[in-house]
Amino acid sequence: MAMNRKPRLAFLIAAHVLLIVVVAVVLYPVMLVCKKAFEPGRDFALSASPIPTDVTLDHFHDLFDKRGGHGELLFLRHAFNSIIVALATTVFGVAISCTAAYALSRFRFPGRKAGLTTFLVVQMFPATLLLLPLYVILNKIGLLNSITGLVLVYSTTAIPFCVWTLKGYFDSLPRELEEAARIDGASTWMIFRRIMLPLARPGLAVTALFSFMTAWNEFIMADTFMTDESKYTLPVLINSSVGAFSADYGLFAAGAVITSVPVMIAFYVLQKYLVGGLTAGAVKG
Amino acid sequence: MSEVQLTGIRKVYDGVSRPVIPDLDLTVPAGQMAVLVGPSGCGKSTTLRMVAGLEEPTAGTISIGGRDVTQLPPAERDIAMVFQSYALYPHMTVFENMAFGLRIQHRPEAEIRRRVMAAAESLGLEAYLERRPKALSGGQRQRVAIGRAVVREPKVFLFDEPLSNLDAKLRGDMRREIARIHRQSKTTSMYVTHDQIEAMTLADLIVVLKDGVIQQLGTPVDIYERPANRFVAGFFGTPSMNFLAADLMHAGERTSARGKGFEIPLVTRAALRPASAATAKLMIGIRPERLSLTPLGDDVAVSGEVAMREVLGAEIVLHVDSPAGSLTVRTDAASPARLGDTVKVWLDPMAVHLFDGTTELRLS
Repeated sequence: MAMNRKPRLAFLIAAHVLLIVVVAVVLYPVMLVCKKAFEPGRDFALSASPIPTDVTLDHFHDLFDKRGGHGELLFLRHAFNSIIVALATTVFGVAISCTAAYALSRFRFPGRKAGLTTFLVVQMFPATLLLLPLYVILNKIGLLNSITGLVLVYSTTAIPFCVWTLKGYFDSLPRELEEAARIDGASTWMIFRRIMLPLARPGLAVTALFSFMTAWNEFIMADTFMTDESKYTLPVLINSSVGAFSADYGLFAAGAVITSVPVMIAFYVLQKYLVGGLTAGAVKG
Repeated sequence: MSEVQLTGIRKVYDGVSRPVIPDLDLTVPAGQMAVLVGPSGCGKSTTLRMVAGLEEPTAGTISIGGRDVTQLPPAERDIAMVFQSYALYPHMTVFENMAFGLRIQHRPEAEIRRRVMAAAESLGLEAYLERRPKALSGGQRQRVAIGRAVVREPKVFLFDEPLSNLDAKLRGDMRREIARIHRQSKTTSMYVTHDQIEAMTLADLIVVLKDGVIQQLGTPVDIYERPANRFVAGFFGTPSMNFLAADLMHAGERTSARGKGFEIPLVTRAALRPASAATAKLMIGIRPERLSLTPLGDDVAVSGEVAMREVLGAEIVLHVDSPAGSLTVRTDAASPARLGDTVKVWLDPMAVHLFDGTTELRLS
């Protein structure tokens, strides 16, 4: 026992030191941003300490008071845009994904395999690669600089992931349930809506959160496609506070903190589904 | 009450050349319980699923109550099915599970409540109506699954190995429950199992299947007492029937079966028609309970050594190595035979089953 214990203890200490370093690497930048959000001054302080020496809410006041060319409150306007874009992307993306995933999981039809492979391949392209073609397409159909256009673009990027995740989830649900429902007299739509969809809730939670986050956090496309200041989303607004000639890091940090709050709340509420949802299919439960 | 009739049913799965069911004709008379029994992969579940409408036959017709339902979806066949895995809707309560089918039929709420309550009462489920399936034991879940079938009051009940997931004691209880429900409702039923005890105790009619072909169709007593071939004879009965190879011998008026170390007179067996008179190979079948260690009347003896002794409580099972092959003997627990003893096993010539040694079909 004694022989065994020493190496184990050393191993445990080493493992924990490593874990602490990793956690620090992950959390430190976030803590610096939080520190800046509550610290007076426009510039990042030179101090490496993540604890602010002085606390102020000025940056948040400035953020909320920032006004556009017509005197409108920019933050509220952009927060509203972000919420609309993120919710619409979630609803649209999940609605399309869950029906597609169910069909791909349960029915056999020509083009099924090709479709699934295409979804996977599309995922492999970096989003920036699609910027130019998407810009051209949106311009052609007159959806440039519009919330609808942005929702459409976000949905197309979120849907392949959602379809694959949900298909995996539907695959793990026993077929007998559908057969029992068919014998009970349920139509395919009824089986989908009243049996499969309620059972796929954890999978839906994961995909909904993913769609929401994709739309909520996205910056490059929103910055490229939205030319009118009144149609910016929050990431674009936050970025605009740090320009080439003047930078207000306090404003930037306050914006970043505020923007993270809805995603954190969503994570907190949905966390019990998240673990179950992501591991579903690995072990049939 | 509705008769179920399968005519010329053939089932071939895509990409598999050999049919699961080559050509099957079967009639389940109205109000009877037909038990389809056979080893894994014999096509019994496939047959049931075709009656349910969950699988489409490659050829042939299925009719229920004289109506051709071959092309109809399950919902329009007026059947209810109980699955091995229960297949209860996990997100619904017991009440909702049982009411689901009636809700889809848009029955009035009062009628739904009345029918579900009646089924719940008969199955002892009243206390669990508000529970979800995951809060129930295996036996209770299967009761709910049966209840869900019963409330629909269908023309035909289909059971797909409903008791296979239960432990031995519960299986016995549920078997009696199903028998009671069938006795009361007199609904035509088809029941798939690989358990011969379920088949023997529940069936009005047993259908023994092998490789998609009906080996024998008859009452439990028929199947046990007059098995149509060696497969059926070996499938029913625990322990299995003993089989001994023998030659058909004629000596004047006397006919006998002679094997290694024994000769059984077949005087009373008229009209023996082996497939080929030239070879005249026989297969003698005798059930372990018809072998004895003490002689009775005209018994014939085979000597052998006790190779294994299994104590079952009220009785013991001896495995005796004899020149004719291994013999299984079911005998009294008081039997003095011990491991390694040389014993004489006595068999009653009237109790043997005769099969053709080549075709394995029953003779006489």
